[in-house]
Amino acid sequence: MRDTLRIPLEPWPTLAVVAGLALLPAVALAVGQPFYVVFATRVLIYALIATSLNLLIGYVGLVSFGHAAFVGAGAYTVAVLMMAGVGSAWLLWPAAIVVAALLALPIGAISLRTRGVYFIMITLAFAQMVYYLVVSLRVLGSDDGLTLGARPSLGVVALDRDTSFYYVALAILLAALLGMRALLNAPFGRALQGIRDNEIRMEAIGFPTYRLKLLAFVIAGAAAGLGGGLLASLNGLVGPNLLHWPESGVLMIMVILGGTGRLLGGVLGAAALLIAQEALAGQTIHWPLAIGVVLLAVVLFAPRGLSGLIRRGSAGP
Amino acid sequence: MPPTLIAEQLLNGLQLGLMLFLLAAGLTLVFGIMDMINLAHGSLYMVGAYLAAAVTEASGSFLLGIAGAIVGTALVGVALEVALLRRLYRRSHLSQVLATFAVILIANEIVRMIWGSQPILLNMPAALSGPLEVGGFRYPAYRLVVIGAGLAIALLLYLLVTRSRAGMWVRAGASDREMAEVMGVDTRTLFTLVFAIGAALCAVAGALLGPLLAVQVGMGENILILAFVVITIGGIGSIRGALVGALLVGLIDTAGRAFLPFLFRQMFPAVVAAEAGPAVASMLIYMLMAAVLFFRPTGLFPARG
Repeated sequence: MRDTLRIPLEPWPTLAVVAGLALLPAVALAVGQPFYVVFATRVLIYALIATSLNLLIGYVGLVSFGHAAFVGAGAYTVAVLMMAGVGSAWLLWPAAIVVAALLALPIGAISLRTRGVYFIMITLAFAQMVYYLVVSLRVLGSDDGLTLGARPSLGVVALDRDTSFYYVALAILLAALLGMRALLNAPFGRALQGIRDNEIRMEAIGFPTYRLKLLAFVIAGAAAGLGGGLLASLNGLVGPNLLHWPESGVLMIMVILGGTGRLLGGVLGAAALLIAQEALAGQTIHWPLAIGVVLLAVVLFAPRGLSGLIRRGSAGP
Repeated sequence: MPPTLIAEQLLNGLQLGLMLFLLAAGLTLVFGIMDMINLAHGSLYMVGAYLAAAVTEASGSFLLGIAGAIVGTALVGVALEVALLRRLYRRSHLSQVLATFAVILIANEIVRMIWGSQPILLNMPAALSGPLEVGGFRYPAYRLVVIGAGLAIALLLYLLVTRSRAGMWVRAGASDREMAEVMGVDTRTLFTLVFAIGAALCAVAGALLGPLLAVQVGMGENILILAFVVITIGGIGSIRGALVGALLVGLIDTAGRAFLPFLFRQMFPAVVAAEAGPAVASMLIYMLMAAVLFFRPTGLFPARG
């Protein structure tokens, strides 16, 4: 029997891409552009965050317009703990995950009472509340945000070295993608996709749909929190912009651009958007115009996003 | 707190609410009838404000500026609908979000190319620039005109939607599009018409608010979010909901910013009040929306049964 929902691993293309990514810092140093290592690290982190949002949008059908709140929660957790003297990433990053998950739990619990467009708007509402709360708190630096003195430490791995940080981010992203694949292939993930396609039927069969959706929402929030913690560690600063609604919007655009409901949709979307910005911003001050035209072209000619272009022949929703 | 201050803030809230209604009305109809999320609605507001400034500058007449903005923005809206949005009605909400987000980026850059990055000036008519005094109570004359114009247009629109035949088609389309089509409503033309009216209302709001706020690139995005809050509170597709939601948001936001810091100073220590007052004031409308959706998950006046 053909298993249509199962996401295959495809070891050879995967290994090729991972090998390519592993060589990237060496190439960047060889061509004398070490700056690109930090840029690539940022792309990897945004890929993680967009992937977490894709879990909600693409696999549960929950269009969250408040994902920046969880990114910000993770980032500010790392910043505050570092200012309090905690320097170990082994403590900081799990703390970012826990705080983001604890924030996602009540927000999800209330937001999941609504559906469709109303869900989009209520998640926005909560994210905006978190934003204004952070802006108003002087301990969190108000409008200016917080500046971290140094990068956290991670045992033997020196995160101060950009290349080391890159490999850590790459390892975390790969682990997250493997984890998400396992989750989606497991009964839990299949139930989520069932809810996306027909929630009432899933309810009728006896699935506790509300609890399953809430669990997915908390998992996605936690992963976004980890992404936020990584961003704070990488950049050495956090600001309220990280929590504001345009950030949530950009994350959503990344997911739609890459392809909703595809395992690599978030990765492709984040990479495409950030690389396009980086490449075009150097050429013209009117680079958003070019991005707009490209996005329009994707909507009109590639309805399934970029991942739909790459794997046109494969089965899937 | 003196009663004149309260009256002044209530009028400010009414003014904001009416302008939000002009934006939300088009948004909720497009959303309700065409099931289309149009993020570019805020861009039409920006285009309206810029056109009003340009025509006012060229002709020296603010009234001509508003008229030019209405005609020009309605044309831009129709062009947008025919060239692009029409292709998106049957697509998913997410495709619509991506496409209209692209339109925002493009519109912002085109405006930046024509008028530059700096905010441009749109002056109110000199005759209205002073305050009006009624029995010791002074209030800016221009803001009163904005309130009057907003009330008149809101009433006109309300009558158009609830009393006219075209309005009946619009409401029929909003509650059940396919049934309306079967009953002989030409939804294709209706959509274009609704879009043109929505764009014209954006232009009115942009032109009237232009002298009070800055006319600049990106002015549409923040007010777009407010307009979405309004139609969510009101119930998507409902013109009555948009009116109630707009007035609620306008009054609560204005009153919150004006009175909450004052209130908090009475209740809490100064340090707490200084931080909490403005924060809670900014959060109020989002708290309102979350509370409305908590108790009524499809808004106050859901258009679909």
